[in-house]
Amino acid sequence: MRAFAALYQRLDRSTSLLEKRAALVDYFRHVPAEDAVWALWLLTGGKVGGAKARIANSSELRQWVAQESGLPDWLVEASYDQVGDLAETLALLLDDPPDAAEDVGLAQWIQQRLLPVANAPPEQRRAVIVAAWRQLPMRERFVFNKLLTGALRVGVSQGLVQKALSELSGLDVSVLAQRMLGFTSPTPGFMQTLLAQGPQPGDTALPYPFFLASALEGDPAALGAIDDWLLEWKWDGIRVQLIRRGNDIVLWSRGEERMDGRFPEIEVDLARLAHDAVIDGELLAWRSEDEKPLPFTALQTRIQRRKPGPKVLAQTPVRVLAYDLLELDGHDLRGQDLQQRRQLMANLLKAHDSPLLQLSPQVQLADWQAAAALRNEARQRGVEGFMLKRRQSPYRHGRKRGDWWKWKVDPLTIDAVMLYAQSGHGRRSTLYTDYTFGVWDGDKLVPIAKAYSGLDDKEITELDRWIRAHTTERFGPVRAVEPLQVFELGFEAVNLSARHKSGVAVRFPRILRWRRDKPASEADVLETLRKVAQ
Amino acid sequence: MSGDLVVLRPEGMYCPTGDFYIDPGRPVARAVITHGHGDHARVGMGCYHLSDASLPILEWRLGAQRYVCHAYGEPFRLGAATVSLHPAGHVLGSAQVRIEVDGQVWVASGDYKRQPDPTCAAFEPVRCDTFITECTFGLPIYRWPDTPSVVAEIAAWRDECGAQGEAAILYCYALGKAQRVLAELLALGETAPVWLHGAVDNGVQVYRGAGIAMIETQRVADEARSADFAGRLIIAPPSAAGSSWLRRFRRAQQGFASGWMQLRGNRRRGNYDRGFVLSDHADWPALLQTVRQSGAQRVVATHGNTDALVRTLNEGGLHATTFALLRGEED
Repeated sequence: MRAFAALYQRLDRSTSLLEKRAALVDYFRHVPAEDAVWALWLLTGGKVGGAKARIANSSELRQWVAQESGLPDWLVEASYDQVGDLAETLALLLDDPPDAAEDVGLAQWIQQRLLPVANAPPEQRRAVIVAAWRQLPMRERFVFNKLLTGALRVGVSQGLVQKALSELSGLDVSVLAQRMLGFTSPTPGFMQTLLAQGPQPGDTALPYPFFLASALEGDPAALGAIDDWLLEWKWDGIRVQLIRRGNDIVLWSRGEERMDGRFPEIEVDLARLAHDAVIDGELLAWRSEDEKPLPFTALQTRIQRRKPGPKVLAQTPVRVLAYDLLELDGHDLRGQDLQQRRQLMANLLKAHDSPLLQLSPQVQLADWQAAAALRNEARQRGVEGFMLKRRQSPYRHGRKRGDWWKWKVDPLTIDAVMLYAQSGHGRRSTLYTDYTFGVWDGDKLVPIAKAYSGLDDKEITELDRWIRAHTTERFGPVRAVEPLQVFELGFEAVNLSARHKSGVAVRFPRILRWRRDKPASEADVLETLRKVAQ
Repeated sequence: MSGDLVVLRPEGMYCPTGDFYIDPGRPVARAVITHGHGDHARVGMGCYHLSDASLPILEWRLGAQRYVCHAYGEPFRLGAATVSLHPAGHVLGSAQVRIEVDGQVWVASGDYKRQPDPTCAAFEPVRCDTFITECTFGLPIYRWPDTPSVVAEIAAWRDECGAQGEAAILYCYALGKAQRVLAELLALGETAPVWLHGAVDNGVQVYRGAGIAMIETQRVADEARSADFAGRLIIAPPSAAGSSWLRRFRRAQQGFASGWMQLRGNRRRGNYDRGFVLSDHADWPALLQTVRQSGAQRVVATHGNTDALVRTLNEGGLHATTFALLRGEED
């Protein structure tokens, strides 16, 4: 644990990517493979145990730390409220051990001590955790608690870890990125496969790393002639990669998750395909009789079902609109021009002739002005705007600027009143940065959105001070504030929703500006949102 | 409550029997000042009562005023009240204010700490009926590490910076914290001089004048513009962070010495490379210990996050309340 805690501290202290990468290289070079693979797992967002193998939940940890420190429960809560991070709170409330114990490696902690008691009766789990607390000094205790409470949040991206491993192994980042997608459990064997120089047997079920578009902020005319660009609608579904390699049929989401079994109709359709292929596309909920897709909220009902029944399949059918062909009959096409790949895909899908797997139509327009005009209709069409792709571009990986742009329709806006505030995490744990906003429904304000971003540091500090001085009620970490401050919120879409008290759900809300000029009475009304809801 | 020796008024804490204010926030005729920090000692008072050791500090911060100095522990009369000042261990000259009227004793702690500090007299527990305590760090997450080990970390950090060709800029409050670091470095056996921002140097000269032993210091301003500060420790006030004054150091890391650095979120929010947990205030165990030693049955918490301390004391059978003083929470 000592080496991993030291790595954590080095990563946490530094704001320089070079220094972080150096810290990762040092760590991976010096620790045994069994520790390295767990570190890799945790740094890339993996958890210990997870939902199926419970080691300790948040309320158990708080209860145990209260018992261990002799503090009343409310004081543990008040401390957590101030710190904003449970792992850190627990570490701070406990005493350091009088003597340093012998160091136990990360893998040994997890595999020999934590996982064996997963799902055991509480007293057994408690015994293991309290023993660790008594043995580990502050920094190790903090990182140990991080293993129990979830994400490490130490400012390390997948890409950074891959770059470090690339430096260590000499392998190309794209190879590592591709193999990392198959990282389903932290075994030392995976570390070997990941860093192996030759091709690996498991590679056939693996997707290619996704190429991600960047947001286009300015005028598209700056991109040059419209004829050099392929325009497609930007669909509001789930980006997927469909793999058909012989008997291997796999759906991967952009979140790099396998979606086996969730969309059986697509799997069946892929099996019928005349050739092996890897296709990049968008999964959408779409009824065969409809002109446009169902809103994203409909698709969400499908994502959550691991094994959908016939009723769900009939109620919310899905289809894939194909953007790109990455591989055909075992040949990697990513280096070819988009134009060529698209032609090959058009041929493939034409022969396939299935409503479930169609080419995402290209939108042909004379100039950027016509494109801008059509973009304004995006919302009525159930899309988010345009995708602009350079016809001459290869299929890259990651978010590389230049060849692919998302040109989204301007957000909808609404003026809403701040109702609640909650402190943030990490860097902002001592500031109120997470806000809930409401609009008028008759003479009441009903909550419609939570938003975290959009204010600068100065505004956040000022608002934090205002919140503390205008709190009307406290519910744990949440403060209700006097409904006086108005903010302009932007969002992508509004859907009707039975799950929300207001009856509407807004997509991607964020703060556009603080409307100090507006009194709360002039904020918008709920009816406005209901009218634009899909 | 009638008979209270100290009540809260808009100007600050007021003793009706003695007709004086303690650390008033607005101009009043008669003030008793606990120590020289800006949120406690302000200009505009008709007369200042203070400890002997505070005099050079107040002269530095407030200039010429009507000062009446008192030795620690020596009683003096203000109106019908008997008042005395007792060491608070916060900064040089810091004092608790003991007020006695008809056998009833109240003590206002001012800011205080219980950790040893070579730059000022150690906190002296004073028995009383009612204890008005500061509560800047009123939660059990605040428990200070041993000072010499923190100062050793600062020295090690300076050397790490040196190895990377960087200067080590440490932000410290110019009165108290900076001098404490310098005195602890000397006690640690360090020999390398420390470079000071002008505002810090003023305070260091006042402390040296009072006979406080500190490590050798030099002024940044006396160095050539092209001087290389790699591997040197520089102490500057927090207000220098982000200012153009920093430009001359080219490559530097920045650290902050404060009790607030106990929380990772504070360090990250301030964008410091390093946080050193070094406070001139009482931590949670020290607050509880001090209340216990005062023997007070009634406790009034001021200044900071008082909820937790008040509830803890009430649950322990004391009568605890809060004075809502509006003040900064600098440390």
